[in-house]
Amino acid sequence: MDAPKNKKQANKHTRCEMEQTTLNHVKGGSFLLEETDPYNVFTPEDFSEQHQMISKTTSDFVDNEILPRINDIDDQKDGLTVSLLKKAGEVGLLSIDVPEEYGGLELGITSSILVAEHIGRTGSWAVSHGAHTGIGTLPIVFFGTEDQKKKYLPRFATGEWISSYSLSEPSSGSDALSARTTAVLSPDNNHYLLNGTKMWLSNAGFADVYITFAQVNGEKFSAFIIEKGFPGVSTGAEEKKMGIKGSSTRQLILENAQVPVENLLGEIGRGHIIAFNILNIGRFKLGAAAIGAAKKVIADSNSYAKTRMQFNKPIADFGMIKHKLAEMAIRTFVGESMLYRTAGLIDTVLKNINKESPNAAAQTLKGIEEYAIECSILKVYCSEILDYVVDEGVQIFGGYGYSEEYPVARAYRDSRINRIFEGTNEINRLLIPAMLLKRSRKGELDLLRRATQLANDLLSVSSTNCEANAIFSTQRKLIDNAKKLAVMMTGIVAQKFLERLSEQQEILSNISDIVMDVYAMESVLLRVEKNLARETANEIHIKIVKTFVNDTMVRVEMNARDILSSTTEGDTLRTYLAVLKRFTKYTPLNTVALRRVIADELIGKEKYSL
Amino acid sequence: MKIAVCINHVPDTETKIKVGADNVNIDKTGVNYMLSPYDEFAVEEALRIREKFTGDVTVLSLGGDAHKETLRKALAMGVEKAVLLKDDSVRDSNGVAKALAEELRQMSPDVILFGKQSIDYDNAQVGTLVAEMLGLPSVAVVVKLDIQEGKVVCDREIEGGHEIVETKLPAVFLAQKGLNEPRYPSLKGIMAAKSKPIEEKPAAPAEVQVQTIHLKKPPAKGSGKILSTDDSAVSELIRLLREEAKVI
Repeated sequence: MDAPKNKKQANKHTRCEMEQTTLNHVKGGSFLLEETDPYNVFTPEDFSEQHQMISKTTSDFVDNEILPRINDIDDQKDGLTVSLLKKAGEVGLLSIDVPEEYGGLELGITSSILVAEHIGRTGSWAVSHGAHTGIGTLPIVFFGTEDQKKKYLPRFATGEWISSYSLSEPSSGSDALSARTTAVLSPDNNHYLLNGTKMWLSNAGFADVYITFAQVNGEKFSAFIIEKGFPGVSTGAEEKKMGIKGSSTRQLILENAQVPVENLLGEIGRGHIIAFNILNIGRFKLGAAAIGAAKKVIADSNSYAKTRMQFNKPIADFGMIKHKLAEMAIRTFVGESMLYRTAGLIDTVLKNINKESPNAAAQTLKGIEEYAIECSILKVYCSEILDYVVDEGVQIFGGYGYSEEYPVARAYRDSRINRIFEGTNEINRLLIPAMLLKRSRKGELDLLRRATQLANDLLSVSSTNCEANAIFSTQRKLIDNAKKLAVMMTGIVAQKFLERLSEQQEILSNISDIVMDVYAMESVLLRVEKNLARETANEIHIKIVKTFVNDTMVRVEMNARDILSSTTEGDTLRTYLAVLKRFTKYTPLNTVALRRVIADELIGKEKYSL
Repeated sequence: MKIAVCINHVPDTETKIKVGADNVNIDKTGVNYMLSPYDEFAVEEALRIREKFTGDVTVLSLGGDAHKETLRKALAMGVEKAVLLKDDSVRDSNGVAKALAEELRQMSPDVILFGKQSIDYDNAQVGTLVAEMLGLPSVAVVVKLDIQEGKVVCDREIEGGHEIVETKLPAVFLAQKGLNEPRYPSLKGIMAAKSKPIEEKPAAPAEVQVQTIHLKKPPAKGSGKILSTDDSAVSELIRLLREEAKVI
């Protein structure tokens, strides 16, 4: 285990002032290669008293101020979203990530994620809040000049001004850098003249500021801060969307828009650095919002299942409904474990940054960038957890689930965008192995060497023998094997396709799935192990881990089979398949019984609380 | 203006209360606690009075270390000082009032606020007892509190109407729902509360005069009965109301 890297800790101010268990630095992406000590993992059970108070304030704010108005919000009732954003500003819910010197609170990632999770229950409004506080505010926090920070951040922190952000254009989405919007310096050198159309700006209808990108002289991708009142700036009509109907989404139309030179954000030609770095945090927060939304759907579905009578019984008494409720809860508990583990990883790095230092912003960014792999994992995994949860939620409500009279229809529509924005799940599935390999080639992760080593020792690999008495000995062994498989598969694929690997999207996606499943299984295991050691875990948590690992290993095996069968053949394939079989061999558990107990625990409660 | 608010740490309103094995106390496992809702109106009113007249607000609570959580919430809402009168024993209303009165006598605040009742045992006695012990006027079930030059005008809720009363400071006021809309502890307030001290003092002793000897849950509700839909249902209903429910 690395010792805490930073000796500067003794400095007067540290960035994150939240009391938190002291954890050691763990290198981003290293979970795939190393074993993690449960004590070195942050869990929701480690929240400080302040975290809990922040959680309560946010939760009460959501329940009392936002949810009762959700229909009006979705009807885009004039001024409502903005007035609620300002109200959130008064409580401090817009300023968590803004530095103190610019009117913010700078409370660290864990608090930020906690707030994003609660606000995630509000669907459309969560998108408005996230667009403003995340992608709308953070580019200036991290890349703004002193003047830009002074001008915009205090206004963003209170909600006096609302921000908006766009990377997309009508013809460029995932391929963001091919944007066509241009910026040309005016003859008097005072302005850039921007021409083009940006697409899908959340908050566009009421935003005061738009952060967006254009090619300077048609070739240098750069970021700009554009104010609503600049000449040549207008917005298009409201998009008619499938869900998140309350969030304003429009085009930003730039026709010889005059943007003062001082509103260039960051350096010319370095727009991609801003775009991609901000996405890391955006992806993390999206994961948090998805888990918050999932908890609400579980609570709604649970209370419906308890009161809906069919065949003289509440439907919660039926096995297939119990299966759904249990599985919704298992996945959400897993997602939550992944979220706060990652928050702990990032906060550990941020805590050691001296915020008085002139390059504190750059260090913070670097600290977050280190966990870009984890951020992508969270984005994909949690958005897919939510999609599962809303889908089964509608099913539990049956016909009523299809009616807008009940809350689950909205949740179903609102969920779908999460797999698309902040980088589609497909793009993120390509990024995960690409980042792993890049870091391996740069010597930051010992992945490829380990892969070769594993390939050489193939036949000496032990099968899954369990140690007696340890609750999770089988699960630990299986997760360890899944890590080895992920490393091995990445090695095999990298060696086979070399530079042409990026053309093998299907296989990269299989690798990503294994890597994500590893992070998920390990995160929930570590959380429960840590809690067991201090007696804050219960029987239900143990059953969640066992059920999840049991089912997930089947998926890991399937993905590995797909990878092997599409990269090797003949004797090599047969040898690998034999190894795979040994790696993933275990006696399946009675998950019917496990899920029934988990469901009954949930049914005995009003809310999602496990 | 020196303002004191007495607050209590009570089981969350969403808690499903279970009677403990001793049949005297509730089973505290898995129970979340909160600032008693009527006390929250009292804290909010104190903050508003301070914002209007300047001064400072102190919150007091009698109980064990767990009460610090509730004191901290009041600090996060913007209260300046907190005092924990340490006592882990079970007290009756008189015992609670006695300890609070002792402390308040030394503080001699201009305004003393309580919730109209604490939502755990619902005795609704402590505030009035404290006023009596301190020889101060008290106004209960207050929905409007207007401090003017040399007098205080209060609107009290009474059955089916309102009563407007006038008194003079120092005085004790017991907050009712409707008095105000309590603020959320802001994130800034929460962080600031971390560095505000909670003063701990031993609570003045008091003899137990009223003792709980048994706690009971109300009998479980039986399921409803659906009688037939034809005319015979009427006579059957009357029979059941007479013989079974014995209400007519």
